[in-house]
Amino acid sequence: MLSPVILVPAVLNGLLTGAVYGLVALGLTLIYGVLHIINFAHGALLTAAMFAAFFAQRLLGLDPYIAALVLTPLFFALGYCLQRFVIGPAAHGEDRNILLVTLGLAVVIENVLLYAFGADTRTLNLDYAFNVVDLGIAFLAVPRVIAFGVVLVIAVVLWLILSLTDTGKAIRAVAKEKLGAELSGIDVGHIYAVTFGLGTACLAIAACLLIPTYYVNPHIGNAFVLIAFTIVVLGGMGSVTGALFGGLFIGVVESLCGLYLGESLGQIGIFAMFILVLLLRPSCLFGERA
Amino acid sequence: MSHWSAQVTRRNLLQITAVGAAAAATGLISAPALLRAQGSPVKLGVLHPVSGALSYSGQQGRLGATIAVEEINAAGGIKALGGAKIEAVLGDAQSTPEGGNAEVEKMNSAGVAAIVGGYASSICLTTSQTAARYDLPYVVDVGVADNIVTRGLKNTFRFGPGFGVIAKTALDNLVTINEQAGQPAKTVMIVHEDTLFGSGLAKLLNAQLPERGFQVLETIPHPTPTRDFNNVVLKIRAQNPDLVIPANYYNEYVLLARTMQQQRVRPKGIYSVLGGAASSYKFVKEFPEAAQYIMDCNHWFDPRNPKALALKKKTEDRGEFYTYEVFMNYSCILLVVDALERAGSAERAKIISALESSTFSGHVMPYGPTKFVSGQNQGAAPVNTQVLGNDIQVIFPQTFASAKPVFPMPRA
Repeated sequence: MLSPVILVPAVLNGLLTGAVYGLVALGLTLIYGVLHIINFAHGALLTAAMFAAFFAQRLLGLDPYIAALVLTPLFFALGYCLQRFVIGPAAHGEDRNILLVTLGLAVVIENVLLYAFGADTRTLNLDYAFNVVDLGIAFLAVPRVIAFGVVLVIAVVLWLILSLTDTGKAIRAVAKEKLGAELSGIDVGHIYAVTFGLGTACLAIAACLLIPTYYVNPHIGNAFVLIAFTIVVLGGMGSVTGALFGGLFIGVVESLCGLYLGESLGQIGIFAMFILVLLLRPSCLFGERA
Repeated sequence: MSHWSAQVTRRNLLQITAVGAAAAATGLISAPALLRAQGSPVKLGVLHPVSGALSYSGQQGRLGATIAVEEINAAGGIKALGGAKIEAVLGDAQSTPEGGNAEVEKMNSAGVAAIVGGYASSICLTTSQTAARYDLPYVVDVGVADNIVTRGLKNTFRFGPGFGVIAKTALDNLVTINEQAGQPAKTVMIVHEDTLFGSGLAKLLNAQLPERGFQVLETIPHPTPTRDFNNVVLKIRAQNPDLVIPANYYNEYVLLARTMQQQRVRPKGIYSVLGGAASSYKFVKEFPEAAQYIMDCNHWFDPRNPKALALKKKTEDRGEFYTYEVFMNYSCILLVVDALERAGSAERAKIISALESSTFSGHVMPYGPTKFVSGQNQGAAPVNTQVLGNDIQVIFPQTFASAKPVFPMPRA
C-alpha cells in the first residue's frame, strides 16, 4: 500500500486539489486579515460563482476558463458593493454585527439558489475534462494542472498587488492600524470594500477552475468553506503564503486519508488536523500571531 | 286526398316525435349514469428522486410510469371501475429517504390508491414503511436491497428481483464465463457506493465470491455523490485485480469507468453487479470507449416481447434513453392497474389482496410467472449484458442471448 506507484500520484493529486482549496482560503484570509471578520457568506458566494460559471457554459457556451475573465471583475464588483452598501452600513461598526450580517447573507444566497435551481447536482461534460498529462509515474488530469498553475499565478499577482501598489499598501495599513490609516487620509470604507471585492474575485476564479471537474448544487460551498476555515487556521489568520501552503498541505492530507481510510472517511483527516493544530500550535504553522 | 295526406303526416310526425323524445330521454338518463360510473379518477402515487444526486434515474423512472399511465388512459381507463382514468400524483424524493417520506405523507393525504416507485433501496426502505402505517399498497420499482421485502410489511410488493437473486445469478454466470475463457480471473476488487444498496450488495459478494473460487483483494466504499475517483483507481492499479466489480449509481459509475480509462487501468474484465450505468444506452452513446466490453448483471427488458420493443421506440421517439428505470416503472404501473381491474375497487385493502394473488403477465420483463411470496415476485430475474460495439447485447440467459461474452477484454 505504500508503494510509490500509488503514493506519488496520490500526493500529486492532493497538491493539485489543494491549490484550489488554497485559493478559496486566500479570499477568506484576506477578508479576515483586513476586516477582522469571519466571512460566513464565503461558501455561499463560491456556490453563486460556480452556478454563474456553470450557466455561462450551458447558456452562453463560454468555456469556464474564458468565463473567468468576465466573472472575476463581476464578482469583484459584487463583493465591493456587498461590503460598501450592505455589510458595512448594517454592521454599525460592530464586529459581532458583521458576523451576523454575513451569516444572514449566506442563508439568503443559498436559499435563493435553491429556489431558483432546485437541489439538483449539475455537472458539465467538457471534452478536455478527462485529458491527462503523462508524467511517466502518474497521469494528471489537465483541468487540475491548469487550476494549479492559475492558482500560483493568482497568488503571486495578489502578493504583488499587496506589496507594490498604493491600494495594496493602503490595505496593509488598514489591516495593521485602522485608526492610523484613517488619520493619514486613507478611505477605510473604500479599502474595506476593495478587500472584500478581492476576496470575492478569488472565489470567481476558484469556481471557474473547479467547474470542469466538479459538480455544483446549492450547498456545495459549505464543503469548501469548512476546509478553507481549517486552512486559514492552519496557515495563520490573514497570511497569504500561509493560505497557499495550508491549502496544498490539506489537499495532500485529504488525498492520503481518502487513499488509506476510504473515500467515505477521506475528510476526517482534515478535521483531525484542525483540532490538532488548535491544541498543539494555536499560533498556526505560518502565522506570526494567533 | 290532401286531407288524408295531412293526417298521415301528422301521425308520422307524432311517431317521429315519440321516438325522438324517447331517444332524448334515454340520452338524458344514460349521460349522468355514465358520468357516475366513470366517477372520480383513481389517484396513483408516482414517487421518484427527480432532483438531487439520483435525479437522472428518478426522471427516467417517472418517464416510464407516465408513459404507462398515458397508455392506460388512452385505452379507456380502468374497465372494472367503469373506465375510471388514472391520475398520477407525482412526487420528488429529492434523493433522500426523508424527502421520500414527506412525499408519502402528502400522497396519503391526497388519497392515492397505491404508490409506485422509490428507486433507491434506502428510499424504498423508509417510504414503504411509512406507507404501511396507512395500509397503503406500495410497489417498489427498483430498490434491490433484500430487507425491503423481508420485514413482513403487508403493503409492500417488489416486482423486480432483489440483490440476493441478482448476486447469485451474476456469480453463476461469472463462473460460466470464466470457465469458458479458461479461468483467467482469480482476483476481484469491489467498488461500491456506501448506502444500503451498495454496502448490502458488497457484503453479499464478499461472502459468496470466495465460495466460488475468487479472491476478494479489497472492497472500496465511496459516497454518492463522489466527484473524484483518482484514489480508488490508484488502489485498483496497485492491487491489479483480474476483475473489477462496481456497484453504484449512474454518475459515479460513469466517472469510475472514465477515470479507469484516463489512468489506463485495464483489468481483464469489468463485471458489474447492478452497475448504475453499465447497461445504460446513455453511457454507451456518450462514452463508447469507456463503456466498451463492460459486462453487467442487471434489470433488462425482454427483447422477444413486441410490447417491450414498442416501448423502446416510444421512449426513443421522445428523445430519451431506454434505461432500466423506464421499463421497470412501466411494468410496475401495469401491475397495479391489473390489480385494480381484478379488485374492482380503489380500496387499499382490496388492492393489496389483488396484488397478493397477482399472476400478471402483461409486462415487458423476461420474468417467469408472476407470484408474490411475502411481497417478492418469485418470477423476477436479472439478465447479463455486455457493451459490444455501440450496442448493449444480452449474453445470458442463453434462451435469448444475442451475443457471446467477450472475455477477457482484448488489449487495445
